[in-house]
Amino acid sequence: MLEINNLVVKYGGITALDNISMNVEEGKIISLVGANGAGKSTTLRAITKLVTPVSGSIKYNGVELTNLSTQDIVKMGITLVPEGRHVFAEMTVEENLMIGAYLRKDKENFKKDIDFIHEMFPRLKERSKQLSGTLSGGEQQMVAVGRALMSNPKVLMMDEPSLGLAPLVIKDIFRIIEKVNQEKNMTVLLIEQNANAALKISHYGYVMETGRIGLEGTGTELLANKQVKELYLGKSEN
Amino acid sequence: MEKKKRNLILSVVSILVLIGFIIWAEECTKAFGVYNQRIFKTCCIYAICALSMNMVNGYTGLFSLGQPGFMAIGAYVTAFLTVTPSDKIAIYKIVPISEGLANLNAPFFIALIIGGLVAAFFAFLIGFPVLSLKGDYLAIATLGFSEIIRIFITNAQGLTNGPTGINRIPNDFMNLYVLCGILALVVIFILSMMKTSYGRALLAIREDEVAAQAMGINLFKHKMLAFIISGFLAGIGGGLLASLVGAIDPNQFKFTVAYDILLMVVLGGQGSVSGCIAGAFIVRIALEKLRFLDEPINFGIFEYPGIGGMRMVVFSILLMLVIIKWRKGIFGNEEFSWDKVFNFFSKFKKAPKKEVEK
Repeated sequence: MLEINNLVVKYGGITALDNISMNVEEGKIISLVGANGAGKSTTLRAITKLVTPVSGSIKYNGVELTNLSTQDIVKMGITLVPEGRHVFAEMTVEENLMIGAYLRKDKENFKKDIDFIHEMFPRLKERSKQLSGTLSGGEQQMVAVGRALMSNPKVLMMDEPSLGLAPLVIKDIFRIIEKVNQEKNMTVLLIEQNANAALKISHYGYVMETGRIGLEGTGTELLANKQVKELYLGKSEN
Repeated sequence: MEKKKRNLILSVVSILVLIGFIIWAEECTKAFGVYNQRIFKTCCIYAICALSMNMVNGYTGLFSLGQPGFMAIGAYVTAFLTVTPSDKIAIYKIVPISEGLANLNAPFFIALIIGGLVAAFFAFLIGFPVLSLKGDYLAIATLGFSEIIRIFITNAQGLTNGPTGINRIPNDFMNLYVLCGILALVVIFILSMMKTSYGRALLAIREDEVAAQAMGINLFKHKMLAFIISGFLAGIGGGLLASLVGAIDPNQFKFTVAYDILLMVVLGGQGSVSGCIAGAFIVRIALEKLRFLDEPINFGIFEYPGIGGMRMVVFSILLMLVIIKWRKGIFGNEEFSWDKVFNFFSKFKKAPKKEVEK
C-alpha cells in the first residue's frame, strides 16, 4: 500500500535518513522503533511532505508522494498525529475534532464519526466544550488521535503517542490503536520508544538505527530477537 | 434554557438601546455635541481598522503592521474618486492633473469599495513574498511596505498631489448611521466567517502550524485570504477616514498609525471582535477626553500650569496598569457574552464559576 524505496533525507549537511526502504501493507499495524535520532519521525515527516526528501521514492497505491504537497497527501487519506500532541489549545475539544474533518466533504457522516470517537474516548464526550489546552496530557493525546480519525484516514501515522503519558493511559491508547485497526480496517504506522508495547500489537516492525533500518520482522520475531531485547527492551539474557 | 432566554432578552434590549443611542447622538447634535459626535465617528472608523488588523494578528497569529499602507491606499483611492473634477484641477497646483484623471469620478460608496478592493489587491501582491515570513520578520516587512506606499504617494505628484495631499473631499455620508452601519456589517461578516471551516482553519493555524498542516490545511492559501480580507477592511477604514477628515496627506499614514491600531487590538484582546471594538473606543475616547491634562487647571490651592503632552503620560500609565491586570487584553481572545458579565459580578459574592458557553 505504502512503499518507500531508497529514501534519503538531509537536514542541512546532516543525513537523517540514509537510504531506507520499507513496505506498509494495507490493514496492518506497522511499528518503527529505535533510539532518539534514529530517523523515525523524519520518516513520517517525509511521507507527509513536511520535509522534502533528497532522493528516493514514496509510493502510495502506486502514486508518487514526493511530488505532492502536504494537503494533497492528507487528501489521499494519510494523516499524521504529530509528536507532542499539538492540539489546538485555545479551541474546544469539539472544534479540534471538526478541524480534523477539514478536508472532508461528506458532512452527513460527521455526526456518526464523532459518535464513534466519543464511544472510544468517553472522556472527550464529557469535555466536548472544554478548551483543549486545559486537558491533561492523556486527554490531549486522545484529542489528537480523535482529530486524526475525524479525517477518516486510510493510513494513520502516529508519532510517539505514549510520550509523557501515565502507564494506564498508554494502555488505553494502544487498545484504541488496535481497535481502530480491526474495526475500521485502518492501516497504522506507529513510532514508539516504548518498543515493547508497540511490537506487541504490531503485525510487522522495523528497527531503526541512525538513519538506517537495522532489523525488520514480524512483531513477535522482533520481540524475541536477542539484539532488540538488549538494545530497546532493556532486558538482557543473563 | 433559562440562561439562554435571559441572554437573548438582554442582547435584544442592549441592541435596541444602542440603536436608540445612535439615533439620539445623530439627531440631537446639540445635546450630544458636535465634538462628541466626531469622537464617536472616529471610534467607529478605528474599530474597523482594528478589526482589519485582528484578522491577521488576532485570528491567524501573524504579526503584520501593514495597516497604514492599506489605509493610505483606500484613503487616496476614495478621495481621488469622490473629489469633483473641478476641485481636483484646483487642488493640483504644483503638478497639474491630466484631464483624463481629473474626470475619474464615482459615487461615494462605489469609491469606497473600489478603495477597499485596490488595497486588497496590494495585499495580494505583497502577500506572495512576505507571507512566508514569520513573527517579527513579517512585521518588519509589512512595516516597510507601508513606508514604501507612503513615500510613493509623496512622490507621485501627478496622481496624488504629493506632500500637499488632497482636500475638499466630500463628506456627505459621514453620519453615524453610515459609519455604525458599516461597522455592524464588518462585525457580522467577521463573526459569520469565523464560524465556517475557513475560520476554524485560521484559528488552527494560529494555534499550531504543524498540526494544522498535518490536518491538510493549506497554510499559504489561508494566510493569504486573511491578509487580503485584512487589506480590504483597512482600505475601507482609510477611505472613511479620508472622507471624515476631508483632507489627507501622506503624513497621516505614517507607521505610527500601525502602533495606534496595534494598541487597540492588544488592549481589547487579540482574536476578539468585541475586544477590538472596545479597544478602539477606549483608546480614542481616552486620548480625547484626557486633553484637559494638557491645559492649565486651577486647584484653588495651587495652579497646574498645563504641560503639553501630559495626557500621553497619563494615558500610557493607565495603559500599563490595564495590561498588567489583563495580560491578554480586556477580552482575551474570547467574545463578549452575558454569562461572563454575570460571572464577573458574582465573583464578588461567591467563588467564581468558570463557564465558557458559545
